Amino acid sequence: MVCPSHIPLVQHFRYAKSELWTQQRERQKAELARERYEFRNIRLEREKEEQAKRREAKKAALKKAQSQEGKKPPSKRHWPAPSRRKPSKAPSATTDMPQLATAAAPHIPPLNSVPQMMRQVLYALLPGIAMLVYSFGWGVVINILLACGVALVCEAAILLLRRRPLGVFLGDYSALVTATLLAIALPPLAPWWLTVLGVAFAIVFGKHLYGGLGFNPFNPAMIGYAMLLVSFPREMTQWLPALENAPGLFESARAIFAGALPTGLSVDAMSGATPLDALRDQEQAMSIAPHWAGVNLAFLAGGLWLLYRRVIGWQIPAGVLGGLAAMAALFWLLDPAAHAGVGFHLLAGGTMLAAFFIATDPVSAATTPRGRLLFGLGIGVLIYVIRAWGGYPDGIAFAVLLMNIAAPLIDHYTRPRIYGHSR
Amino acid sequence: MTEMALILVSTVLVNNFVLVKFLGLCPFMGVSRKLETAMGMALATTFVLTLSAVCSYLINQYLLAPLGIEYLRTIAFILVIAAVVQFTEMAVRKISPLLHQVLGIFLPLITTNCAVLGVALLNVQEQNGFLQSAVYGFGAALGFSLVLILFAALRERLAVADVPRPFQGASIALITAGLMALAFMGFAGLTPAG
Repeated sequence: MVCPSHIPLVQHFRYAKSELWTQQRERQKAELARERYEFRNIRLEREKEEQAKRREAKKAALKKAQSQEGKKPPSKRHWPAPSRRKPSKAPSATTDMPQLATAAAPHIPPLNSVPQMMRQVLYALLPGIAMLVYSFGWGVVINILLACGVALVCEAAILLLRRRPLGVFLGDYSALVTATLLAIALPPLAPWWLTVLGVAFAIVFGKHLYGGLGFNPFNPAMIGYAMLLVSFPREMTQWLPALENAPGLFESARAIFAGALPTGLSVDAMSGATPLDALRDQEQAMSIAPHWAGVNLAFLAGGLWLLYRRVIGWQIPAGVLGGLAAMAALFWLLDPAAHAGVGFHLLAGGTMLAAFFIATDPVSAATTPRGRLLFGLGIGVLIYVIRAWGGYPDGIAFAVLLMNIAAPLIDHYTRPRIYGHSR
Repeated sequence: MTEMALILVSTVLVNNFVLVKFLGLCPFMGVSRKLETAMGMALATTFVLTLSAVCSYLINQYLLAPLGIEYLRTIAFILVIAAVVQFTEMAVRKISPLLHQVLGIFLPLITTNCAVLGVALLNVQEQNGFLQSAVYGFGAALGFSLVLILFAALRERLAVADVPRPFQGASIALITAGLMALAFMGFAGLTPAG
């Protein structure tokens, strides 16, 4: 998500903030000197005044002595004391003037508050979630609700600890977006403790240890996901075979909370069926691919809507998809037998979710337009590298985190010229 | 050629000395407060690491092994590293007094950077040849530099973050380093040996 206008507001803010920090120190140092200087000025003025008074008195005394007629000099005081008093009269002058009526212009209310943006993101996720439910059963919905609950509890607990206002931060929907993204990325029948652990880690470590929304250098949802994937690789790669026997609401709940598998599903069927796991086995991959393609197209639709509403900018999604497509095309052309094609890579796993919803997190992404393009490209290339040669089935979380690390440096080198400053 | 590329990928990304092997953490924490100093430190460390990897290989191969005094390896390597660092410091002082002033105490402290000694010892342990040792040292230094510079840029941003009081300073830096290590785990499996 991006500031809807093209003014690099975040950039300005960061720049101004760092300027302020250095300036503050300078100012404190300068303060003493300034004070000393002012006191010296005051003292000098006072001395001058006294001297002038003395001279005046002396002159007057001299004249008195000379003429002895009481003829005083026409103007005793020269210095601009009367003129100084003038500004105090000015306000009364303005009150005499006719007041101009200041009415608000008929502005179109911009879509720019945090809760509004976050709500848009949640709406845009709906088609993708619907497709996931259609393909994998109701587990996704249960996971999302559970994750949202945990996220709100964690957020509230930290806010209470830090004595921050609850309403403002709980009402900005950012925790819900984090929780929803993480829950979508989890396997639909993940055990409940996996969701709870991941969301708690994401909210507490990924977000609030850095000071809450706006300060986190990493995407919180991906922090939670990466932690889970590294710690519980077996639970995290148990995807169901899609569609044929998508479990219903009750069965999903039983699987999630009690660990009881739905009837007709064995552990064998549950292990390792994401299309990227089966990449080397082309035939199997192609048989699962259609469901994932549907899910990805749904997320694509939501993402395009976000783009249309200008909640996100085009740079990051274009970068991610472009980078991934370029890498896939290159290696597919080199050796079509050993590498999957462009279409497969764009429509498999969580590509669209990553490109439009995860990578576009405005806080942890790069902030300059050029920087965003670079940031997206980096994610696309890294996704391909980790998918094709890495040890984990899908590299989106790691790719996003790695580019989050690089984002401040990218910003540093793609900083646009700020008005009034040289580069 | 492929082998050299694999060594580079392995040392820079997969087995990054700072984030995966946890060597050289003191300069990683100490010099990463500003981007400029981090870059200077990265340059100096790259130079020292490559040079000391080569020197320690030569010392090991042509002095310690023929004389059969491998048990002196650690001490000999520390001596070599100290000499290389001293040489670098003298060179930097002459070439760029400004950089010398910026790096300050950290330049001599490269001596105690455990990544430097770690590279020398790991080279022997993995029985790397001359060129392999040089590439290994260079790759380790490259990985160190990459992570140090990225971390410095990140920390400049953290400096203005509203971090809770108990986590300010070193603790949030260490947590950030831990999360960076988590991200670097994504590279696992890129090289066959791991």
